[in-house]
Amino acid sequence: MRHRPARDLHPVAWWAWAIGLAAAASFTTNPLILIGLVGVASIVVAMRASAQPWAASFRLYLALGALIVVTRVVFRILFGGVEGGQVLLDLPEIPLPEWVAGVRLLGPVTSESLLAGLYDGMRLAAIVICVGAANALANPKRLLAAVPSGLYEIGTALVVAVTIFPQLADSARRVRAAQALRGGPTGRGGRVRRFLVPVLEDALERSINLAAAMDTRGYGRAGGAGMGQRWATGALVLGGLLGVCVGTYAVLDTTAPRVLALPMLALGVLAALAGLVSAGRRVTRTRYRPDRWLLAEMLVLACGLACGYVGWLLVREQLTVAHPGVSMVPYLSPLALAGLVVAALPAVLAPEPRVARR
Amino acid sequence: MIELRQVTLAFEESAAPILDRVDLRLEEGELVVVSGRTGVGKSTLLGVLTGLVPGFTGGRLSGEVLLDSESILHLPPRERAHFIGYVGQDPLAGFVTDTVEEELAYGMEQLGLPPGTMRRRVEETLDLLGLAELRDRELRTLSGGEQQRVAIGSVLTMHPRLLVLDEPTSSLDPTAAEEVLATLTRLVHDLGMTVLMAEHRLERVLPFADRLVLLPGAGRLVQGTPAEVLRHSPVVPPIVELGRVAGWEPAPLTVRDARRRARELVRGLVAPAPVEAASGRVLLRADRVAVTHSRTPAVNGVDLSLHAGGVTALMGRNGSGKSSLIWALQGSGRRSGGRVAVLDRAEAGAAGLPAAADLDPADLDAASRRELVGLVPQTAADLLYLETVARECAAADEGAGAEPGACAALLERLVPGIEHHTHPRDLSEGQRLALVLAIVLTARPKVLLLDEPTRGLDYPAKEELARVLDDLADAEHAVLVATHDVEFAARVADEVVVLAEGEVVSDGPVDQVLGESPAFAPQVTKILGPGWLRVDQVTAALAEQRSPAGVLDG
Repeated sequence: MRHRPARDLHPVAWWAWAIGLAAAASFTTNPLILIGLVGVASIVVAMRASAQPWAASFRLYLALGALIVVTRVVFRILFGGVEGGQVLLDLPEIPLPEWVAGVRLLGPVTSESLLAGLYDGMRLAAIVICVGAANALANPKRLLAAVPSGLYEIGTALVVAVTIFPQLADSARRVRAAQALRGGPTGRGGRVRRFLVPVLEDALERSINLAAAMDTRGYGRAGGAGMGQRWATGALVLGGLLGVCVGTYAVLDTTAPRVLALPMLALGVLAALAGLVSAGRRVTRTRYRPDRWLLAEMLVLACGLACGYVGWLLVREQLTVAHPGVSMVPYLSPLALAGLVVAALPAVLAPEPRVARR
Repeated sequence: MIELRQVTLAFEESAAPILDRVDLRLEEGELVVVSGRTGVGKSTLLGVLTGLVPGFTGGRLSGEVLLDSESILHLPPRERAHFIGYVGQDPLAGFVTDTVEEELAYGMEQLGLPPGTMRRRVEETLDLLGLAELRDRELRTLSGGEQQRVAIGSVLTMHPRLLVLDEPTSSLDPTAAEEVLATLTRLVHDLGMTVLMAEHRLERVLPFADRLVLLPGAGRLVQGTPAEVLRHSPVVPPIVELGRVAGWEPAPLTVRDARRRARELVRGLVAPAPVEAASGRVLLRADRVAVTHSRTPAVNGVDLSLHAGGVTALMGRNGSGKSSLIWALQGSGRRSGGRVAVLDRAEAGAAGLPAAADLDPADLDAASRRELVGLVPQTAADLLYLETVARECAAADEGAGAEPGACAALLERLVPGIEHHTHPRDLSEGQRLALVLAIVLTARPKVLLLDEPTRGLDYPAKEELARVLDDLADAEHAVLVATHDVEFAARVADEVVVLAEGEVVSDGPVDQVLGESPAFAPQVTKILGPGWLRVDQVTAALAEQRSPAGVLDG
């Protein structure tokens, strides 16, 4: 492959790819596919994450995934689950009062119950790890910068919140060291107070300073929107979100009236979009060097979509691959394998990250 | 261009106004310096121009603010952003984004400038301020001077007509401060920018100022050329004070100017005796102390002795390892190598431990550590958490096991007359420092370390602090004070240690070390040559010259 200049991929492309993977994971309980997806996410992160601080968070997500799997399995042992099957370990059941009928504490542990817990946990873990991969690959701040201009205020608030956290940690460290330099009450309440008061004062002062600095640099200049227009925008966005919620619920709950399903969802999306456009129109801001959307972004996006589509196909066409159940040995079909390979392609398709020079 | 007319600002209806019917006119291409004691209203005056006062501070504002004879009194700061740029004291606190390039573009994005224009202005500004190398760097990793230049750049990209700066050099080392001031002068000379800056370390900015605005208090404002205004000012930089002592008229404002006239003055004077290093017992000895922050060495093999009765100044540029060294000496900071020994524990006032033992403070718990070595950190307010001065003092007594009232008595001795029911936040910068100092001293340490105590102190407050440190030295304490302020070091220290990249590059008596260094030489040394540090030495020498007999008798 010819040499490409290093650049950071558009954050939206990475998130779309990761959501595709997460969707595929949500369609299946096949442990082989799930392990495959986690592997793919890890490979892509290893190849394409930059040396920036947020990239280090991927390891945390891996640990979180492991924790989820362990918790699920432990719950299965504690509370049982699937009735009947091959008993691995016969624990005595602890009798519970009448009013918790339906809950069993301990009792026989079956291999079916354990496997069901394991697969379930792995599915959730895989979804979490896919989101973690997106977080590690795309600068969260650049993602926020890419929000439509109608959401600009919220985006800025989030950016500030993201920035504040490391500063709060700095200030906490400083105050802890400083308080060791003086005598004072050593009781529990006293200690907490000695620590919290200066940290909070510091945080408050910092936020006022930042607000003043942003104000003097033109943040929030009026864009010429009247009160009525603001109300209209707010109503559209809120109404749209409500519609999306109702629609999603109706799509998932098959007993709900059909008119609330797809039509409602579509209406909600339209209203929300109209609200965003209306809000965006009154913003007179421009963007400096926005991330570009080029071929590599399209390819990465396509890989994510394809992976999600394969997951959906598996459920429809090859149910035993998607959900092997607990009584048979899981296996991979050529289609599932192809999905995994496609999902891994961004490891080479995406350009090398532009590592900040130090 | 911009004019304040009869501006009055009072924070409380009943209280005396901070600004009382003030008039000020700023012309195109001027550099105007605002000076005065802390809390006298410098920041308030700047805030009236930027619009932050009264919006962010409260208070009642009356009068008129005119831009090209149009009123901007009721415009909020954001609507003034394209013609008034504001840079605050702490650049890091005002950064919105996290890399240099994005920060430069932020203001322009808010103004809604077309992308082509933004790109061009960012590149121009990077070149103008010498930031091109740093364009991708994270703001937090820059040095103080670089951060301040980025902060200036980030308002310059909006092409304001007036640049307002609130003590832009107060947290910078002498070299970085020169760098920022040189940048500002260049803007005034080359671009015709109008600059209004508040500053209380006048010695550095006077040569660049076209006009000086002095706030003497009681809401009044005096303005004129620096020479005129300073003639009657109660607090002046050393160069003007020297001019007064020597009877030079008009007072010189640049070192070059003063040096020319000084030749005659020095001819008849007896140079002051060389400063002798404190010869008291060694109270703290550091051997090859090293500190490493995640693999980067911050302090590298520093040897240091602090003597009873001696004040040592620790100098060096920002990031040279001063703070790391101070924390390591106290024992709270992590040390990756070397030894620290605090001597003569029996004298330190703690019972139950072998007398005259050499103790390493890092081996002790926090309470015993602070009985050996006291430390006043850079942000002294981190130590305070109660609502009144009296309660802070009582908590300190209790924590140190001292008899009630010990801390309050100490405070009264350091800075008399602090109201005991005041909230520590309402104290002046200097009073708050004194309170922290008293709290730290309540544990009766014999060794005292201070990290940048002069930040934010005006001339009288610095003089007060110098007196306090002198008294402590007289009471057989060993004092180490890290500072950027060369005039303060010349006033208070008898020994100076200069750090660079975590290593000691020069140490010795104050007159030798400061005299040899181009960056750290105080103004009097620059004018009169090595050996001379302070104006009071010149005063004494002049007195001796006039009445040699009296000195002989004495």
